[in-house]
Amino acid sequence: MNVLLDNSQYFVNGFLNTIKLFLISGVLCLILGTILAMMRVSPVPIFRAFGTAYVTIVRNTPLTLVFFFFAFAFPLLDIVGELREYYFFAAVTALTFYTSAFVCEVVRAGINTVPLGQIEASRALGLTFGQALSSVVLPQATRSVVPPMVSTMVALLKNTTIAAGFSVAEAGAIRDILSERGYSAMIGLLWVALFFIILVIPMTLLQRSLEKRWSVAR
Amino acid sequence: MSASALFDLPGPKARMRYRLYAVIGTLLIAGAIAFVIYKFIDAGQFDGELWAWIEYEKIQTDLLAALGKTLTAFAASAVLSLLFGAIFAAGRLSDHAIFRVPSMIIVELFRAIPAVIMMFMFHYGIQLGDPFNSVVAALTLYNGSVLAEVFRAGILSLPRGQSEAAYAVGMRKTQVMVLVLLPQALRAMLPAIISQLVVVLKDTALGFLITYEELLYYARNLGGVAQFGRPLIPVTIVVAAMYITMCLLLAWLANYLSKRERKSKKHISTDDGPLPNKPVIMDSTANPAPSL
Repeated sequence: MNVLLDNSQYFVNGFLNTIKLFLISGVLCLILGTILAMMRVSPVPIFRAFGTAYVTIVRNTPLTLVFFFFAFAFPLLDIVGELREYYFFAAVTALTFYTSAFVCEVVRAGINTVPLGQIEASRALGLTFGQALSSVVLPQATRSVVPPMVSTMVALLKNTTIAAGFSVAEAGAIRDILSERGYSAMIGLLWVALFFIILVIPMTLLQRSLEKRWSVAR
Repeated sequence: MSASALFDLPGPKARMRYRLYAVIGTLLIAGAIAFVIYKFIDAGQFDGELWAWIEYEKIQTDLLAALGKTLTAFAASAVLSLLFGAIFAAGRLSDHAIFRVPSMIIVELFRAIPAVIMMFMFHYGIQLGDPFNSVVAALTLYNGSVLAEVFRAGILSLPRGQSEAAYAVGMRKTQVMVLVLLPQALRAMLPAIISQLVVVLKDTALGFLITYEELLYYARNLGGVAQFGRPLIPVTIVVAAMYITMCLLLAWLANYLSKRERKSKKHISTDDGPLPNKPVIMDSTANPAPSL
């Protein structure tokens, strides 16, 4: 308990950074992932090819390697100028780059679960494209997108800890500070693990209940 | 035509529009790629001297040794996490609460803790010594828990008639599980299992964080060698290509196996027509994809 109380400021700071990292890259990868999914289902072949290539390459690359690239190699290219918090920027970029491939697949799978007959029927009823999308396709797609999306977000939250290895002062880096100050690393890590469990379990429960409530019988 | 419900078959006007989009899209994407390549060249990363390291035999063998270390960690964690998964899936399906509840708690717990934190715990907390041990232990616990859920889902998705029939011919609980349920569940979940193994392979790169001398760690060192002009970007490109190839090979294996499985029809078929023996989940994993 002392380990936690004596270092509460580091714990609070670390987890605030973790949550900041999670929220920023979460929003960004939802946007980028949706754009990629739109490319993957678009009627223009070149967009489809690009989306497929992106997803195939990124999903088969270790996230640590993506971090490695953005933290160490990317600055050499001199694309962005000097940044005050470069490593935080690198972490957000790496997480967004990596997770959006998974978001893309979730969204695409969701769109593909809507049977062709649904939109054909709405066309036959004379709905416009916008109407068909907003009142027929999207409500059904949402049901099959949201539960797996929650698991993707859980994975993103857990993946933020990798940033600790690349000079971002977030929850995974608390151990460094503790051992510097002479506290037991193990107990500190157990607290970190506990807080992660507290953050993750509600999301998992939410995902399960959504899955049960929203599963469409087809 | 992509079998999406979103678009009608294009008419002449739409086809023209699509062609226009295709041209613009090609230009944009080619432009972006050209920009990146220009930046690489501009930073001197495509200069011959930065790639000279590939020609040294010592570096080639070292690179292969690092790759070997990655693969060793992968093989050990893969085997152990399959075992862990099988044991805890059986535990969660047990009739006795004394096995069921602890297995459930353990599986849920290890799925919620990030693998990095577990690795830190083993390496800096318990101090298992050689980073290899910590890498394997953390990956086993995390992926084993995920696999336990996969196995459990596979067994639960089998039709009840299977176990009922097995009990009816006088098998005991263990026999039913080992002889009837597990083989079918394993076959049905093969794509999901292999895509989890891809995750194991990718996650061995986490060993980099606790100085396990695997591929990425070697890349970091090689990328800093002044003699070769600190070829960090060329090294990253080569290592990324190695990882992607390995993962794609695994995914290809999964595809091949599931295709062969679908052809071989080794699953039971009765006179009442085909049993719904393939679990529904099979559809979503027919094209196995690495998860996060």
